[in-house]
Amino acid sequence: MSEKTEKERAPKDLKQRYATVRQEMPCQDPSARARNFQEVALGLEIEQALAEAYRCIYCTKPDCISGCPVGIDIPGFVHKVEAGDLAGAAAILRESTLLPAVCGRVCPQEEQCEAVCKVGRGKATKGPVAIGRLERYVADWERAQGNAPAPVIADPTGKSVAIVGSGPAGLACAADLARAGHKVVIFEALHKPGGVLVYGIPEFRLPKAIVAAEIEGLQRMGVEIICNFVVGLTRTVDELLEEFDSIFVGAGAGLPYFMDIPGENLGGVYSANEYLTRVNLMGAYDFPNNDTPVVRGKRVAVVGGGNVAMDAARCALRLGADEVRLIYRRSADEMPARAEEIHHAEEEGVVFTMLTNPLRYLGDERGRVTGVECLKMELGEPGPDGRRKPVEVPGSEHLYAADTVVVAIGNGPNPLVPRTTPGLETNRGKIVAQGETGKTSVKGVFAGGDIVLGAATVILAMGAGRDAARAINEYLETGNW
Amino acid sequence: MQIFKDAHRILERRDLAPKVTLYRVHAPNVAASRKAGQFVIIRVAEGGERIPLTIADADPAQGSITLVVQEVGTSTARLAALKEGDVIADVAGPLGSPTHIENLTTVVCVGGGIGIAPVHPIAQAYKAAGARVISVLCARTSDLLFFRDEMAAASDEVRVYTDDGSEGKKGLATDAIRDLVAEYGTIDQVVAIGPVPMMKFVSLTTKELNIPTAVSLNPVMVDGTGMCGGCRVTVGGHARFVCVDGPEFDGHEVDFDEMTRRQALYKEEEAESLQHFHACASEGVRA
Repeated sequence: MSEKTEKERAPKDLKQRYATVRQEMPCQDPSARARNFQEVALGLEIEQALAEAYRCIYCTKPDCISGCPVGIDIPGFVHKVEAGDLAGAAAILRESTLLPAVCGRVCPQEEQCEAVCKVGRGKATKGPVAIGRLERYVADWERAQGNAPAPVIADPTGKSVAIVGSGPAGLACAADLARAGHKVVIFEALHKPGGVLVYGIPEFRLPKAIVAAEIEGLQRMGVEIICNFVVGLTRTVDELLEEFDSIFVGAGAGLPYFMDIPGENLGGVYSANEYLTRVNLMGAYDFPNNDTPVVRGKRVAVVGGGNVAMDAARCALRLGADEVRLIYRRSADEMPARAEEIHHAEEEGVVFTMLTNPLRYLGDERGRVTGVECLKMELGEPGPDGRRKPVEVPGSEHLYAADTVVVAIGNGPNPLVPRTTPGLETNRGKIVAQGETGKTSVKGVFAGGDIVLGAATVILAMGAGRDAARAINEYLETGNW
Repeated sequence: MQIFKDAHRILERRDLAPKVTLYRVHAPNVAASRKAGQFVIIRVAEGGERIPLTIADADPAQGSITLVVQEVGTSTARLAALKEGDVIADVAGPLGSPTHIENLTTVVCVGGGIGIAPVHPIAQAYKAAGARVISVLCARTSDLLFFRDEMAAASDEVRVYTDDGSEGKKGLATDAIRDLVAEYGTIDQVVAIGPVPMMKFVSLTTKELNIPTAVSLNPVMVDGTGMCGGCRVTVGGHARFVCVDGPEFDGHEVDFDEMTRRQALYKEEEAESLQHFHACASEGVRA
């Protein structure tokens, strides 16, 4: 498009738009919320949403769309909000994303759409348009209306697709395939669908009712979900290929890493997956009304610096800990967690102990953890990923008391599907899949999300699910592999 | 292979011993694919725990699996409160790696107490593979024994040992091993399933006698698919996940003492939970 068009498009009140401040997300008070499981971020008020949408400057070549892993028409929906047409905004979101209420909450927008928003550039900027907050606002508005219109579904194709895993990758893939008219069945190993959205991300960051509502929407589109079905064991991928024309594997990064240091098997030392699954999926925060317990430590140490570590630390506070210490081997600058999550954790009182690495765990005669011995670290030369490598400081051993430890240092790919699918090519346990299509080495089998990427984000998994859905559509149409 | 979406209904419920009950459950997906040594995870009802239970038997034609459960805590009490025709909310499986059935001459299958149920399909599998299977049923006292006929059908020979001598020979599982070695000379493989102390001492005995020994572990689990690592045990100095690497391991390599300590982690919570369950039950509300 020419320069002239841009000028024509540009609103006359640009100065005023630039001068409008970025709307802050209203939140529960830190001291109160650190003791309850209700959602921390309360959502914008309508006046705030309108003011925030007004901050968009109508770029001719908006970078935000390409900053979004699923290519949402961001200016389109923001302009609808600005005009007060929330139903119109919701319809635009629905074109590209199955889970706007989820993504509005958990996407790292500051690294994606908002990172490239032109409003956020320049010295005088008041920050990029709060796209994530607006997305959430629209999705929550839509859900509150009830009966969101079911998406238009193509005529039945007579083809069927099995989806392995009901996490973000599988749900996104299922939605697009159902829309294309294929029969879609999702197989979930756990008793409840949603994958990491239900077992991992805590209620206070992502209310489970929202996940349930999004999944119900999928079921209204005709997608069938079969729980308690462990692909690889209940049926193998090969057996499913006898029943289905194609398979998408989105089994996730479900194999927690431990550090392999002494004392890691002491009672009270958890993987983040176990800790969060007990609390979130099994409802241990409401023990004994729910049957599943979790150790409610008074002094909790969380090892790691990602979003999962923040979730675990904040859960520990809510379970009644007096002190929650987050131990991370690099400095705050290298922490992979979202800035917002770190900020929330700090506000709630999590103690950050940086440049420190556990050496071993100490226990009592009953075999329960009592402390963690650590070493100080310093940053050395940059590693292959560009981040400076932490190096041990000799003689810096020191001890923190801890009656609960949560190890949140990441996950490997779950082994069940790779182990039981002959001919499926893997690389260090991860399924090898083509970037654009998700095609694996087995004809008819596609894969995406954390089982391919290693532990990544909800939105990247959704993006991979959608890419695979496109490729599956093409494969089912042409039969070409 | 057909995929079923049926409810997990209890087809048969039969008391085998005090607090030990057999449940035959409609679970056709599991029945069709399960192999000896595998287990299921069940959740009795909404709000309940996920607990692992070894599959004691299966009938693929009928679409049923058999579980033998000892009532010890809230989850098993919830299960015990169900009647024939009732539905178990969730049954997922088969989980774990199947027993590695080798071509062996003489195999001794030891089931201690509730461990008789999980050793049953392994005896069946070894017998089907052509081994001479000698099964040993052990318990504190005669009342706690069950599956006498089932084990007889799955074995060439069955021996019974009780601590108090009320049935069979008076003695422990370790005595049985020594007796059988004295009688038969060579034993190719021992499979021992039962309480942790029994498996520990059988493994110590067979290590001394140089007999390969498999034990099947039943630690606390949550998902049962490798996702949480709550079931980790130390085997040969390395942490292993029972749910995906097991449940069977070389008994000579398992750190049983660590496992015992890990099993006791929720002792207080388990007592609190059971008290809560009984209080709710007596008030007539769902716990």
